[in-house]
Amino acid sequence: MAVDATRSAGGLRAPALRINVGVLILGAAILLLGYLTLVPLGMLLLGSVSAGASALDFEFTLRNFQRVLTDQASIELLGNSVLYGAGAALLAFTIGTAIAWVVERSDIPARHIWYGLALVPLIIPGIIHTIAWLFLLSPEIGWINAPLKTLFGFSLSIYSLPGMIWVEGLHSAPLAFVLMSAAFRMTDPSLEEAAATSRSDPWSTLRRVTLPLLLPTIASVVLILFVRALEGFEVPAIIGIPGRIYVYTSRVYLSLHQSPPNFGLAAAYATVLLVISVGGLLLHRRATRRTERYATVTGKAYRPRRQRLGRFRFVAMAALGLYGLLAVVLPFVVLIYSSLVRVYSVPSFDFFNELTLENYAYILGDELTVRSIVNSLVLGVSAATLVVALTAVIAWVNVRTRIRGRGLLDFLAFVPITIPGIVMGIALIWVYFTIPIRIYGTLWILLIAYVTRYLPYGIRGTTAGLVQIHQELEEAASAAGAHWWATFRRVTVPLLRPALVGAWIYIFIISLRELSSGILLYSSQSVVVAVRIFDMRDSGQYTAIAALSVMMIVSLVILVALLQRVGGRTVREA
Amino acid sequence: MTLVVEGLRKTFLTDRGDVRAVEDVSFTVEDGRFYTLLGPSGCGKTTTLRCLAGLERPEGGTIKLDDTVLSSGGRFVPTWDRDIGMVFQSYAIWPHMSVFENVAFPLRVAGAKLPPATIHDRVLEALALVGLEGLEDRPAPQLSGGQQQRLALARALVRKPKLLLLDEPLSNLDAKLRERMRIEIRELQRRLAITTVYVTHDQGEALFLSHRVAVMQAGRIVQEGGPRELYGGPASGFVADFVGDATFLPGEVTEGGIRAFGGTVRCVLPPGIATGSRALLVLRPESIVVRDAPSGRPNEFAGTLRVAAFLGDHLDCFIEIADILVRAKSHPSTQLRREQQVWVEFPVELCTAIADDGWRPRALARTFSDDD
Repeated sequence: MAVDATRSAGGLRAPALRINVGVLILGAAILLLGYLTLVPLGMLLLGSVSAGASALDFEFTLRNFQRVLTDQASIELLGNSVLYGAGAALLAFTIGTAIAWVVERSDIPARHIWYGLALVPLIIPGIIHTIAWLFLLSPEIGWINAPLKTLFGFSLSIYSLPGMIWVEGLHSAPLAFVLMSAAFRMTDPSLEEAAATSRSDPWSTLRRVTLPLLLPTIASVVLILFVRALEGFEVPAIIGIPGRIYVYTSRVYLSLHQSPPNFGLAAAYATVLLVISVGGLLLHRRATRRTERYATVTGKAYRPRRQRLGRFRFVAMAALGLYGLLAVVLPFVVLIYSSLVRVYSVPSFDFFNELTLENYAYILGDELTVRSIVNSLVLGVSAATLVVALTAVIAWVNVRTRIRGRGLLDFLAFVPITIPGIVMGIALIWVYFTIPIRIYGTLWILLIAYVTRYLPYGIRGTTAGLVQIHQELEEAASAAGAHWWATFRRVTVPLLRPALVGAWIYIFIISLRELSSGILLYSSQSVVVAVRIFDMRDSGQYTAIAALSVMMIVSLVILVALLQRVGGRTVREA
Repeated sequence: MTLVVEGLRKTFLTDRGDVRAVEDVSFTVEDGRFYTLLGPSGCGKTTTLRCLAGLERPEGGTIKLDDTVLSSGGRFVPTWDRDIGMVFQSYAIWPHMSVFENVAFPLRVAGAKLPPATIHDRVLEALALVGLEGLEDRPAPQLSGGQQQRLALARALVRKPKLLLLDEPLSNLDAKLRERMRIEIRELQRRLAITTVYVTHDQGEALFLSHRVAVMQAGRIVQEGGPRELYGGPASGFVADFVGDATFLPGEVTEGGIRAFGGTVRCVLPPGIATGSRALLVLRPESIVVRDAPSGRPNEFAGTLRVAAFLGDHLDCFIEIADILVRAKSHPSTQLRREQQVWVEFPVELCTAIADDGWRPRALARTFSDDD
């Protein structure tokens, strides 16, 4: 059916068998995706207006929403969430955009090194980054605070809203950098040159041409950063809860961890968070759609105009160096140090006498930790494989066929991008407390959560890969006498391989660091690495966390390097 | 192998409703002939070709290759079971295979397993045919545009198919290379005498390559014939305009000519056209003679030379005669200057008129008045 049913609108007139296969695949895929995305969302909404603990003892009530939306604390919650999200978004945007401009638009030396440096923090999982900053900025014993206190008699507390904003903003800066440097690269420099030849000086060119052109992009980037900050669980849980600064994600978590747990209230908080996230992404879509109307974003890379920095390039390099120090070097060094001592303290000359590998021995001997590592790997491999296989089929149906209803498939695979991990968690609790499939607390429910949440990444990767394969390449195989299966196997799959490998690697790596999807769903049997770190923090095992973190960062770096080699070779082969 | 197409129909369902891409197209390609579908984009020529390949499923009509029915009513032979070779507009060279593997592919996926030695020999034979000897081991993406074109041709021919289909194969090449490749394709086809269907929007290519040309407009074949026939005797203004360049002059049919330029232009009239009806005079630039003094021959009119541009192989002239701008190609050695008076002769046997069906060329040349 491949090549033939695909193009032909008259596929409707094709022999009954052939069309049934296509419709069957489509129907099965829609059912599966509907089950993965719509059922949890439906259950979540149902749960948010229920007084019972599952849909089986459903009892309609608006009490949850009443509490979530009107009580005194809710105003504070909303205020905190908006301040936190906006603060982190603006900080990340400012840092990311400044680096992007310097790297893309100025004549700074050794551009590639700075570019790499800006991306390195992406490898460090959010929970590790957050804990590293606890070591650096905790009020009494933080590395930065101790000298401040001795010298100036004051200290900075990380357990505050500015502290949360700082940690989250610093961690999201690479994302802002990636998006903004793409925008800088895709802006046609002749638009600026046209302004210059119209006798506009550099300042008014920036003000009247460059910035207005980039405005829709800027709006959409800030929006994405805002939504991502609100969806994140690491900083609100590890810094916010001890500091008594609550946002929606931590509220969902706390509603389930009070006694007795309040499932309905958690669902209501999660629904509000979901509404904010969906609203934000809809606005983002509108903003980017407007961007597409601008001539700037053509998907084409231009040779950019580079601003001469002159003497300022030392200032720029110092600023970039400072960023590298704060985002990469200091967190990593403090983790290494903490992993080598018995009790965390401000470093002194005694350090060398106290040096120990006990923490590493503990990690490798701890049954629960080892199990979490194995679980994470199993989940990562399974989720990546399932998502890539599933989305490859969806992308193929969507790009290459004209079967009616295929757009629904694409839409369903994209819905989860709006679902924060913690919302997914509470939604799945509602689903599996209601329907008689007893998988709560097993790896299966985590796998379902992961697969659902990563569908959008998979679909983006595979669709992009497939669109790039000219349809005539498949048709040529057909015209050369190859049956559809031979075409798929010998032409489509080999050409698609770099895209599939790329998507697989990406999903594998983000699933290794996933915290928020799993935090509500795990048991001691199905614990994963990020959750294990979270738990060890609860019991105060900071030095052991440091050891596990160092091991994890080192393995991730090695893994990324290795996989990029494999991926890179595949790309070159094709 | 004779290809017979009868009553072919193909409709696309799009978001904006149905689009009738091909409506009732019939033609026959005799064994070993080169047949071209010529027309502007969206005229249905590529869809017709794709129906021949089985890449589109027509909803009506019959396609027959000798005695084999490829498509008719409920019967539809899938692409991979058709004995064809096809060259795509993008060449569709598989980037993950070497030159050798690209050409070997049709032999490897063939129903009957061929021994490796046979495959090897036939691939080299096909590569030699298109002048790519010695490049077998090259990764395909390292070939230049022209070489990829040849590779696509070798791949299409390696199976010795009954029917060769070419979909605008030269449109991605630069002008010089395009000219060379069309000679090679022409000679290769004549030598192998393989039944060929070619799709293009370039009238020069069509005239150069083909035994017969079908001009398509809005999903239908509007005229079919040999190159000379089409150029010299277009059936409509659309065909005359698409196959070559011309100045069109609407006028009333008189005895033996058309009333124009304040007089009568004597010309070849289409059979059966009534005196007094409306007709369109077709003046091909290369058949017009421009002189700086009157010669006294028939069909001669006085005018003013508005533009005279030297183009190497000819002098491109725009002459204003009775407020009408006529384009003429004159011999490059002609010494003429703009704004001078000239005498223009339209040789009677080279002037044709066609019935006026209301069609007008898209861009009517504006008159070059004295504003420059």
